[in-house]
Amino acid sequence: MRAVQLVRGRAIVLDRHDIDTDQIIPASWLKRVERTGFGSGLFEAWRADPDFALNQPGAIDPKILIAGANFGCGSSREHAVWALQDFGFEAVVAPSFADIFRGNSVGAGLVTAQVDEDDRANLIAALAGDPDADVVVDVAGRTVSAPSFTAPFEIEDYARWRLLEGLDDIGVTQRHDEAIAGFERTRPSWLPISGTWAGAGV
Amino acid sequence: MATPARLFDKVWQRHLVASPDGEPPLLYIDLHLVHEVTSPQAFEGLELAGRQVRRPDLTVATMDHDVPTVPGPITDPLAAEQMARLRKNCERHGITLYPLGSADQGVVHVIGPQLGLTQPGMTVVCGDSHTSTHGAFGALAFGIGTTEVEHVLATQTLRQGKPQAMAVTVDGELPAGVTAKDLVLGIIAELGTGGGAGSVIEYRGEAVRGLDMEGRMTVCNMSIEAGARAGMIAPDDTTFAFLEGRQHAPKGAEWERALDDWRSLVTDENAPFDREVQIDASSLRPVVTWGTNPAQSVTIDSVVPDPASFSSPGQQQAAQRALEYMGLAAGTAVRDIAVDTVFIGSCTNGRLADLRAAAGVLRGRTINPAVRAIVVPGSARVKAEAEAEGLDEVFRAAGFEWRSAGCSMCLGMNGDILAPRERSASTSNRNFEGRQGPGGRTHLVSPTMAAATAVAGRFAMPSDLDGGR
Repeated sequence: MRAVQLVRGRAIVLDRHDIDTDQIIPASWLKRVERTGFGSGLFEAWRADPDFALNQPGAIDPKILIAGANFGCGSSREHAVWALQDFGFEAVVAPSFADIFRGNSVGAGLVTAQVDEDDRANLIAALAGDPDADVVVDVAGRTVSAPSFTAPFEIEDYARWRLLEGLDDIGVTQRHDEAIAGFERTRPSWLPISGTWAGAGV
Repeated sequence: MATPARLFDKVWQRHLVASPDGEPPLLYIDLHLVHEVTSPQAFEGLELAGRQVRRPDLTVATMDHDVPTVPGPITDPLAAEQMARLRKNCERHGITLYPLGSADQGVVHVIGPQLGLTQPGMTVVCGDSHTSTHGAFGALAFGIGTTEVEHVLATQTLRQGKPQAMAVTVDGELPAGVTAKDLVLGIIAELGTGGGAGSVIEYRGEAVRGLDMEGRMTVCNMSIEAGARAGMIAPDDTTFAFLEGRQHAPKGAEWERALDDWRSLVTDENAPFDREVQIDASSLRPVVTWGTNPAQSVTIDSVVPDPASFSSPGQQQAAQRALEYMGLAAGTAVRDIAVDTVFIGSCTNGRLADLRAAAGVLRGRTINPAVRAIVVPGSARVKAEAEAEGLDEVFRAAGFEWRSAGCSMCLGMNGDILAPRERSASTSNRNFEGRQGPGGRTHLVSPTMAAATAVAGRFAMPSDLDGGR
């Protein structure tokens, strides 16, 4: 995963709550076996509407998505994160995120910046007068800013550290290999193992 | 005396491998379920990094999301490629696979319990949000994304901040005709789509204890629709009776040792929860969703709500948008809404008990000729067991198509979809825009209401049929 210190660029406002991952990337796209190439499927159904935010003339090369509460609810598909990234988004700003989506974002390097509802409204208001203005999501400083607007955002310490360092989670976890092996020796004997591999790997 | 602990704390605590400073706790995973759609990129990542699957013996795979439910070859080349990839990955890493055609193939959350792989006190994960289903056994079970799938494959652990614990207590008895599906839709309406975020819900109370395992699985399954990380129900004699004798359940002296342990998996008296919600079971009625998220539901006796009746501008806007998408007018009686398609199946309501309940309504009846009705058993074994009881004949005689196991129309990946503007009564779990096919309009209901609706051609309860309304 590459490190993300700061995201700067054009923002798109999708002022809806409960945007689910079926909207972000429809199921028909989940047949791909790659992590790339999902950008064309991003918000596929909504993009059929000429009035949709991503279809506006100014919506060129956006980096930041500003959305409503409970963003990314529903299906656990990480493809939703990949679709946002493939389209060019590097950060999502919302009052709350669904748990699995937030975890997937950290894993894939998409910044989820959780802001107060009021701050979100003020940010949208600030951009209404100047939609082309750059928005900055500063991971190190935990702030979202736009011309004449700055607000703090919440992100878990570990998620922030991983984004800043561009860490590979598995590598970090494998430092605890001894603890994992030790734990495995204490597991109750009745716990199930799949038939074919009875006893393997223990 | 030790501090009173919650069921969730007990299961969490016994899986903590390490709590390193500055890192989220490392949780051991007892069972990792894998399917064809969310795993190929994880296996690829593993191989690119030269890593192995740490515990193939704690990993079980099946094909469910895009398998065809009609006989014949797989006609979709992309779906065929995903299934071929899964087969290759399982062979390469020594993972047990129940492929299409196997007697134990099926929806991943149906086969885990069916094989006795899901047991009390375990941690279970899968790259699928409805993994919460397995919490019905007192397991801590939750959905993960593909990067986390790769992490579990490589390390058999997951990094997880400890969620909060919420109690949803349902006192009293469910009224006649009110099912587990109605109960959980009622709970979601109460909590809202994000009300459970950051929490593990423990379902408690007389009405929950009174549910059979299938009903408990239906309730835990939809925890995610309230935004919860997981749902759990403390194991009891109902749980143990379901498990005993199953293929992977402990046997002999091991069974006795396991039972002793499992009986301790209850929330201690006076253990405080971070949030508690009380629901009076007697107030619940059969429910139909009218909108585009599972919290937007009303009882069968109601009318489609007026957006102006909602308190916040956000909810009003969402309701207005939902009505437009669903092609519904406020004030329409639910029983006056005609449907085109009825779908019975999914990890929510595709188990044998669900099919029995629906067949009980359909016996001796035929569906409305304007309705297309399909039933998709949750697993190949559910299908075989239903056929042994003659349920397939009941469904066929009523006018239903009797299909093979898979996720099918729940998410419409395999070609079983709604046409644009087509309206369904569906026993699945999500009524999101386009969930069952672009432009499709989904109403979530219980299996008995789905069956009665197929007969009536519009939303109906079994008691409405034959002039019994």
